[in-house]
Amino acid sequence: MKKKRAALSLGPIYYLWDGPKWRDFYFRIADEADVEHVTLGETVCSKRQHFSEPHAAEVIERLEAGGKQVTLSTLAMVTLERECRHVRDLIRDSDHKVEANDLSALGLLKGQRHSIGPLVNVYNAATARALAARGAQNICLPPELPAGSIRQMLYAMPDFSFELFAFGRMPLAISARCAHARSKGLTKDNCQFVCGEHPDGLPLRTLDRQSFLVLNGVQTMSNSCAVLLDDLAPLVDAGLARVRLSPQDCDMVRVAEIYRAVLDQRVDGSAALSDLFRIYPDIPFSNGFLHQREGAAWVARGRSAALTLG
Amino acid sequence: MPHLPPLLAKPVDIAPLWLVERVARMIFSCVLKAHPDLFARLGDYRESRYCFSPSDLQLHFRVVPATQALSVSRGTPPPADAHIEGPIALLLGLLEGRCDADALFFSRDLSVSGDMEAMLALRNTLDDSAIDLPRVIGSFGGPFSPVVTGFARYIRTRVLEGRETAWN
Amino acid sequence: MELICPAGTPAAFREALEAGADAVYCGFRDETNARNFPGLNFSREELRQSIALARRKNVQTFVALNTFMRAGDEALWYSAADDAVALGADALILADFGLMAYVAERYPQQRLHVSVQASASNPDAIRFLVETFNAKRVVLPRVLTVQDIARLTSQIDCEVEIFVFGGLCVMAEGRCSLSSYATGKSPNMNGVCSPASHVRYREEGGSLVSELGAYTINRFGSGEASGYPTLCKGRFDVAGAEGYTFEDPVSLDVIDEIDALRAAGVSALKIEGRQRGRAYVAEVVSVLKKALGATSAERAPLVSRLRTLSEGQRTTSGAYDKRWR
Repeated sequence: MKKKRAALSLGPIYYLWDGPKWRDFYFRIADEADVEHVTLGETVCSKRQHFSEPHAAEVIERLEAGGKQVTLSTLAMVTLERECRHVRDLIRDSDHKVEANDLSALGLLKGQRHSIGPLVNVYNAATARALAARGAQNICLPPELPAGSIRQMLYAMPDFSFELFAFGRMPLAISARCAHARSKGLTKDNCQFVCGEHPDGLPLRTLDRQSFLVLNGVQTMSNSCAVLLDDLAPLVDAGLARVRLSPQDCDMVRVAEIYRAVLDQRVDGSAALSDLFRIYPDIPFSNGFLHQREGAAWVARGRSAALTLG
Repeated sequence: MPHLPPLLAKPVDIAPLWLVERVARMIFSCVLKAHPDLFARLGDYRESRYCFSPSDLQLHFRVVPATQALSVSRGTPPPADAHIEGPIALLLGLLEGRCDADALFFSRDLSVSGDMEAMLALRNTLDDSAIDLPRVIGSFGGPFSPVVTGFARYIRTRVLEGRETAWN
Repeated sequence: MELICPAGTPAAFREALEAGADAVYCGFRDETNARNFPGLNFSREELRQSIALARRKNVQTFVALNTFMRAGDEALWYSAADDAVALGADALILADFGLMAYVAERYPQQRLHVSVQASASNPDAIRFLVETFNAKRVVLPRVLTVQDIARLTSQIDCEVEIFVFGGLCVMAEGRCSLSSYATGKSPNMNGVCSPASHVRYREEGGSLVSELGAYTINRFGSGEASGYPTLCKGRFDVAGAEGYTFEDPVSLDVIDEIDALRAAGVSALKIEGRQRGRAYVAEVVSVLKKALGATSAERAPLVSRLRTLSEGQRTTSGAYDKRWR
């Protein structure tokens, strides 16, 4: 049987990076990263859009010149008239494939080839089929799905392109209120873009000083970084088409290199893991959701081998 | 904070344990007689040991629904899976589903520890059961039933004065 | 405007009927609804009896099947939908697209309401649900201001229901894995937020410490009003400063805004609290019923009565007021 190959995909930057940092990150990805797909565009907060927008055209051009398939991300939460308009305009005018992250984009994209992001609740094949029938061609599954669910869906829709969130702090929640601004005594409407001061999130600890979450504007993310490495091979064998790397403020070109090497079975999981620890230091790794445990948990290799047999 | 009138609390304090236990068991078995399917909602938590400690009585009541066992003790609380402590009047109000347990917890009138799932299951079970304690107590008052029931209702109202928001 | 009332048990259901509910919503005793707590909810037989009782009083019954079908276990949700329809539910409250598609196809006559868990927060999203699944009503997520709601209702062909009193999700509903990150039990798949199985309270030098899984969620000083051990109302340390990062332990209360909500075109007002006791249901439903028929001056004293039932014994108007953001 022909060995199946999963493509690498880079998800949108969830944090607020200033324009030049944003542009230079993608230039380097375009020139150096071994990824097939890049999804980009502000996803978390509509107030941030003007930071990256001036650089979008040159970034897309460079990525395409580097052979990457570019997809444009939509906002995760759309409530204001201005935000509705933005999503409508993007979908109407874009020459690129669009990734839906809320229900309005889902509705507007009917009949058009599109992707579904991990912030849309796709928990089962019935939902995936309903979305595929409307034109969805790729679905990045929510990070909290256990391996059992993922396998069920791969099995039910063998020809469909499913993508798995395999690296990065996990988006856990989104709110109308900005906890990041609130932590600085500000409100969302008068936020002074304080989230820009924390390009990798603002750490939140418990009263007993346990690292727990990070704040990213209106979004709350895990403190731990999801790392699915040893867990990937059986899912790829079962038909997983894409593996998503979510940008953190670290050397993502190198992260992509490591994932490619693991997917191609050139490097084993434990060696890859120690490399990742060096590239993204001081952050705990987690894969608990996949193993039907608390998302913050890390299930070591012995256990995950058992999972693939089970 | 509702308290038992001293006239009522004092005799309970000095009564021998066996007597308190006997009365409590009698009430418990009457409740079960009136509500034979009382613990159906508990599911697996029927096996749990529940300890109720009325803070104004210096007593602990431990109940295991599965075996319908009830024991009374003084001093340190007996080992239990779930433990709830508060004024007797509120504990009885909870037993009848007349008080909102969450509201009493928010106000810190009640404190709970141990297996919260067992505690929640019991709370929801009692809330659905519509136990009427004065009527149950009255049922073993023989010919004096209406008097006993009426007296018990009077006490219930007295000890919960000022808590009308949490009381039907 | 209709008053939609919660019931976690048949006893609470009867209280809601007595207190003047226009509709009561409830769920089955399993993972198919978002209040899957031990000892709570309805068996098939209990629902049948409750619906019959409600019919006699001309009150509607809505059945919440508002979690997301776990792949591989879809049968649990499908059979819950089949049974709710067969038992005569006036509406099903759904969040999962796969389940909506199933109900819309199998039972085209069945009234379908979109749960708050689906997070339909704008006109295009609601149009999508109306066109695709023939949704008749949408329960709006608690992320919109009263002005946003007014603008929205004028653009859609669908009834709107909103939460006016009770527990308040700080995060967009149905889009929060915080509890699942700490406990492994998912609000979306298992129907529990801050599951009791993972909650611990311990006394520590006079203060009450609440924990969820391995994490400390709060520490209440002696006598300080406490709240549920939900993460979004926990006290944390951000950059050395301790406080309620997301929200204080408070409940939602927008009864003062009843006139504005009516003017905004809202069809139904919903009370949260299927996990609360029947005393709570009786009290809140009867006060709200009175408030709906009262002038705004008569309303204030009614509302203050409810505050003692609330988390932290305080209330907020939440996202309905722009300043909350």
